[in-house]
Amino acid sequence: MKRAGFSTRWLPILLLVPQLAIIAIFFYWPAVHAVQSSFYLQDPFGFGSTYVGVDNYADLANSGEYLKIARFTLIFTVLVTFFSLGLALLLAVKADNVIRGARSYRTLLMWVYAVAPPVAGFIGLIMFNQSWGPLTELARSVGWDFKLGVNFNDTATAMVLVSVWKQVPVNFIFFLSGLQSIPKAVREAALIDNRSATGRFWDVTFPLLAPTGFFLLIINITYALFDTFGIIDTLVKGEPGNNPMTLVYKVYVDGFRGNDLGGSSAQSVVLMVLVLALTVFQFRLIERRIHYT
Amino acid sequence: MNKFKITTVAAAFAMTANVAYAEVEISWWHAMGGALGETVNQIAEDFNASQDDYKITPVFKGTYEETLTAGIAAFRAGEQPNVLQVFDAGAATVIGAKGATVPVQDLLIDNGVNFDINDYISGVRYFYADSDDKMIGMPFNSSSPILYYNMQAMEKAGVTAPKTWEEFQTVTAPALKAAGYTALSQSHLPWIFTENFMSRHDLPFATNNNGYDGTDGTKILVNNDAIKAHFTAVTEWQENGYFEWFGTGWGDNQTPFEEGKVAIWLGSSGSFGGLSKKDLPFDFSATLLPYWEAVTTEPKQTFIGGASLFAMAGHDAADNAATAAFFKFLTSPEVQYFWHKETGYVPVTEAAYDMATKDGHYDRLPAAEVGIQQLSLPAGENTKGYRMGFYVQIRDVMNREYGRILTGETSVEDAFAAIETEANALLARFAKTQN
Repeated sequence: MKRAGFSTRWLPILLLVPQLAIIAIFFYWPAVHAVQSSFYLQDPFGFGSTYVGVDNYADLANSGEYLKIARFTLIFTVLVTFFSLGLALLLAVKADNVIRGARSYRTLLMWVYAVAPPVAGFIGLIMFNQSWGPLTELARSVGWDFKLGVNFNDTATAMVLVSVWKQVPVNFIFFLSGLQSIPKAVREAALIDNRSATGRFWDVTFPLLAPTGFFLLIINITYALFDTFGIIDTLVKGEPGNNPMTLVYKVYVDGFRGNDLGGSSAQSVVLMVLVLALTVFQFRLIERRIHYT
Repeated sequence: MNKFKITTVAAAFAMTANVAYAEVEISWWHAMGGALGETVNQIAEDFNASQDDYKITPVFKGTYEETLTAGIAAFRAGEQPNVLQVFDAGAATVIGAKGATVPVQDLLIDNGVNFDINDYISGVRYFYADSDDKMIGMPFNSSSPILYYNMQAMEKAGVTAPKTWEEFQTVTAPALKAAGYTALSQSHLPWIFTENFMSRHDLPFATNNNGYDGTDGTKILVNNDAIKAHFTAVTEWQENGYFEWFGTGWGDNQTPFEEGKVAIWLGSSGSFGGLSKKDLPFDFSATLLPYWEAVTTEPKQTFIGGASLFAMAGHDAADNAATAAFFKFLTSPEVQYFWHKETGYVPVTEAAYDMATKDGHYDRLPAAEVGIQQLSLPAGENTKGYRMGFYVQIRDVMNREYGRILTGETSVEDAFAAIETEANALLARFAKTQN
């Protein structure tokens, strides 16, 4: 086999420079700044800052509200990840079996992929409008007095629903292509061994989909943690009030609404550590047990 | 022909060059969307047309919170606008940052504009002033929470608008409920049922002269029996079907009133213009914010809400002269009256109020006068205003706890204890940033 290579040492470095510069300017530099300002208390206008050591972190650890938000974020992430993966897998398996009109089905299922999170949130606002939203009326017809923005659990339900709705198409596309890459021979062999479709799915298809599923798991966790920001901001109409919120939204509320840069920086450092832990977990613990083909 | 063309072009060129040279351009960042934004643009155009020396460009920056944050970020980057609109809750942040703005009183006097703080109506005079009564921010869109009511609903129930909360809960609300209405909704619990609860009943809102005397050791005084009794009453009204809460958003609480389901709505006097322009299925009027007779028999004026305009520091003398000229134009009776008529915000000067009265504006629309009447009521010791840092976050804490009271997640007692603790922690944090 022929190996491609560079004749000089400097050319590859030169070619890497733009990418490295972007990472340094847009990631490392702000990250260092965030870590630095998390140890200070700053006047919003930047006239002065006082070194407060780990006070900002201690305040977070002692804040019952922050822990409540962390707990909500965890539940929210688990629900969004579970339902968007589960529904997408179900739809992909069913769509994979469809022969007639397959293309139209698939297109319709992927459609929502193009919707931006704030737009998805806005659609949620319309669907759950307090006085005439169709989904509010549906809930009322089964005796659930659904009140977006009033009741904590109702608002949380709407957030999960909209977030799942927005994410299912992405997962669907990946699962479907994962299914289609399973060799026909393997499926036919399985068909001879096991007549139960459910049994075949769990014994053969599901393990073969594991690499795709694992990749999607990580993507979905980061989606639920970070990318749902637009949905949450739209659904609470920019007024946090007694509404549920995630850790990322809290960073925004304290830093950009409340102008408390020190406290907000400490929160974003906490999130950075969380992402770091997630990445280590991804590569160290799970990656080894899954075989990519 | 050719020669003629050249001279015209040359002349035109000379003229544009001349204009570009002489005209000082200044910018104005504001948070007035929709119909209010159009009125803002109209004022800017009128100012630009009124003289040749200055040109102001208004830029819409989103909500009040977003506008303040954008202004702060721009200031830190050295790209601040000349004029920044800052809302009531952000006043402590911007006034505390000495050197971020040029006090409007200094700006006007330095640029030869006559300034007398007593020209301003009493309710708006000191809200954006420092502890020495020097005006720092120019009151712009000033409003106060007032009571709007559906006239047909009142007639059907056989009652008049309540003057006190006692009257509301014993007479007005039961009659309205019997007539098929939810009696009451309101659009801003921290503003209407907290800040203005304090001023209406002349209760202190914070130590250190409501926070005016400095940030050190300022503590909020929100955990008091009068307001806890009020919120306990509100939860009882809610249980009896007299009151409904539709969430923290402003519009969600206003809509049921507009739909005719709710008979009384507490909103901003600045909502008047918007309500008048809507095709409501009923006639509405307005009156003063009710008070508890059990707390006071001499109710006082309320705080102004809305926002003020700050002249940002770091601009040259020519720019500041332009800003002063714009403020002079803005506070002229004609412009104030135009703004008042279009939007429902109160005119900030006595002269403009006189002009509106003489013009018969209040004979035609008596409800338009309610806001300014309320702001002109007798002042008390605690009605000048309040000055608390990180107040946007304190309001968020209030909204959160009030929401929990009204959804049964917490008790009035626990909620106010939580507000007090968290607000004091925020005030202490803010005090640290100011040294």
